[in-house]
Amino acid sequence: MAETATTLPPAPAREASRFDVKAFLTRYGAWIALALLILVNLAITPNFATWQTLNVNLTQVCAIVIVGVGMTLVIATGGIDLSVGALMAIAGALAPLIFLGKLFPLPHPAIGIALAFVLPVLVTGFLGWCNGWLITHLRIQPIIATLVLFIAGRGIAQVFTNGNLQVFNLPEFQFIGLGRVFGIPFQAVLMVIIVAVAAWMLKRTVFGRQVLAIGGNERAARLAGIPVATVKQRVYLISGLLSGIAGLIVIARNSAADANLVGLGMELDAIAAVAVGGTLLTGGRATVVGTLVGALIIQLVRYTLLANGVPDAAALVAKAAIIVLAVWLQRQGQR
Amino acid sequence: MTASATLKTLQTIGRFGVLLALVALIVFGWLRYENFLGTYNVLSVLRYNSMFALVALGMCFVIITGGIDLSVGSTAALGSVVAALASPYGAVPGLLAGLGAGLIVGACNAFIITRLNILPFITTLATMLAASGCALLLAGNQSVSVSYESGFTELGQGDFLGFPIPAWIAIAAYLLGSLVLNLTSFGRTVLAIGGNEDAARLMGLPANRVKALVYLASGGLAGLAGVILAAQFGAGQPIEGVGWELFAIAAVVVGGTLLTGGVGSVGSTLAGVLLLGLIFNILNFENGLGWISLSAYWQSVIRGLFLLLVVAIQARLSVRAEQTV
Repeated sequence: MAETATTLPPAPAREASRFDVKAFLTRYGAWIALALLILVNLAITPNFATWQTLNVNLTQVCAIVIVGVGMTLVIATGGIDLSVGALMAIAGALAPLIFLGKLFPLPHPAIGIALAFVLPVLVTGFLGWCNGWLITHLRIQPIIATLVLFIAGRGIAQVFTNGNLQVFNLPEFQFIGLGRVFGIPFQAVLMVIIVAVAAWMLKRTVFGRQVLAIGGNERAARLAGIPVATVKQRVYLISGLLSGIAGLIVIARNSAADANLVGLGMELDAIAAVAVGGTLLTGGRATVVGTLVGALIIQLVRYTLLANGVPDAAALVAKAAIIVLAVWLQRQGQR
Repeated sequence: MTASATLKTLQTIGRFGVLLALVALIVFGWLRYENFLGTYNVLSVLRYNSMFALVALGMCFVIITGGIDLSVGSTAALGSVVAALASPYGAVPGLLAGLGAGLIVGACNAFIITRLNILPFITTLATMLAASGCALLLAGNQSVSVSYESGFTELGQGDFLGFPIPAWIAIAAYLLGSLVLNLTSFGRTVLAIGGNEDAARLMGLPANRVKALVYLASGGLAGLAGVILAAQFGAGQPIEGVGWELFAIAAVVVGGTLLTGGVGSVGSTLAGVLLLGLIFNILNFENGLGWISLSAYWQSVIRGLFLLLVVAIQARLSVRAEQTV
């Protein structure tokens, strides 16, 4: 794969002279780690090379990747979005309320299902846009602006549902989480499409270039005539939309929506995936495909440990070590 | 207005703003509810919020240096588990064990941030996961009940001179914190690093050592909060502490400390903690009156709105200040 990281300015010229181990590790480290993990698993984990393993890992990782794509774009502008988990909870709470007809009477069940897909995602998109507005117009730091919704968002979802678990069985809606296309989980197909579109956008479109330019040097970007506020708002809007989609996938998969749990800790998982994937946390260099790889690495480590009888809690410690190691390697490569 | 004068004005508004809001809230509660200022309510609010106060104090120092510590919540959980495991040996060993666990996490943060030069945000995110994992491992995925014979529970439930012991601990920590920030060269270095780390370094201030100590202190205070948590509720709780870090950040911000660092006050952080804590208390009283019935879930919505209000006002003020410069 040639596509690893999209940088501005494109292709630094000094890489020809000699083989640089550190730079190589920074660039392809995530891929090497993923390959090693798969090899280790093939060697030690029983029944690893099966469809079932692939499906389990894919379904576990989908929501993280989809949220992680939005997070990648946000981090590429030098920002951060802590509200993603709370937004997932809001989308997850809204959708059942809509298709169960609790919010307003439905003329036809099909309309309810259609609205249950569209409305929650629009709402979370709007809330993401609000994050962007706070950041660009009131000039509040991203970490604080999105902290507001992190705190309030889950509360809003809980108030909607009064904290109750909403159970449902609606195959048409749950297709997004349980459905299959040619035997592949639909959510994985959706994930691949989202990653491909976002990677293309970041690499090939003006918008993508602007995102990276802002993350690289916001002042310079502004002086160069880039509409910084508009671009940033769009980035947070996208993050909100993707969080909404991830929220729908999670509730569809569980056949239940629990506002207390949907998306809990997702902001950390998404940031971890972005960091491990090789996106620069200070902005200016980002890779969407890397985020996918990062999420797969974190998921595979967890799976490897669990499949070999290590308790889940120890997997948390391993995850922490991976994050620190990945970011440390990244810093080594920069020097 | 010069830049430093602007900063001073902002600081004053931040400081008195939170005090005014706190006084207004207390007067509101006093006029509206019977027993709001009764001994029982006041003491239980203080007892419960002293844990958050300790965590917020550490966060205040970290934020003044321009950093952030996301690991405090799970550090407190780890502290509570370790303290509960050590509680059969008595109150002091339990206290020291919890404190020690917190200091270890703090030391990890300090090492990674100052030696490996990794952003505080991502470092403490990782140690948050690690501390939480350690807490779950030590506790075997369930809460660990404390010993009731050794006197350990006094640390959370006991009184000294008619005042809850956790509140004494918090008050002592805040007095010490205030002295350190305002009167020592360490405190001035903390402020200098937050104002401009490069300048502080060039002036020969021991920036790395001071930063390391700040994260160490934050970890230790979180461990202490965990000890109080375990003593108060009779169990070490590995899954408690979720969201504490954000509560602490919110309290610090509401108290007028700027997240960009360099400005901050220990006293207004305490006011911020009490303000956010009282919102929950008043919600309970309001429900008790029976006019409205708001579920506990409104608590976080109201806290979030409050935080929004404060940062929006702060942002407006600083934009205006920039324009007048």
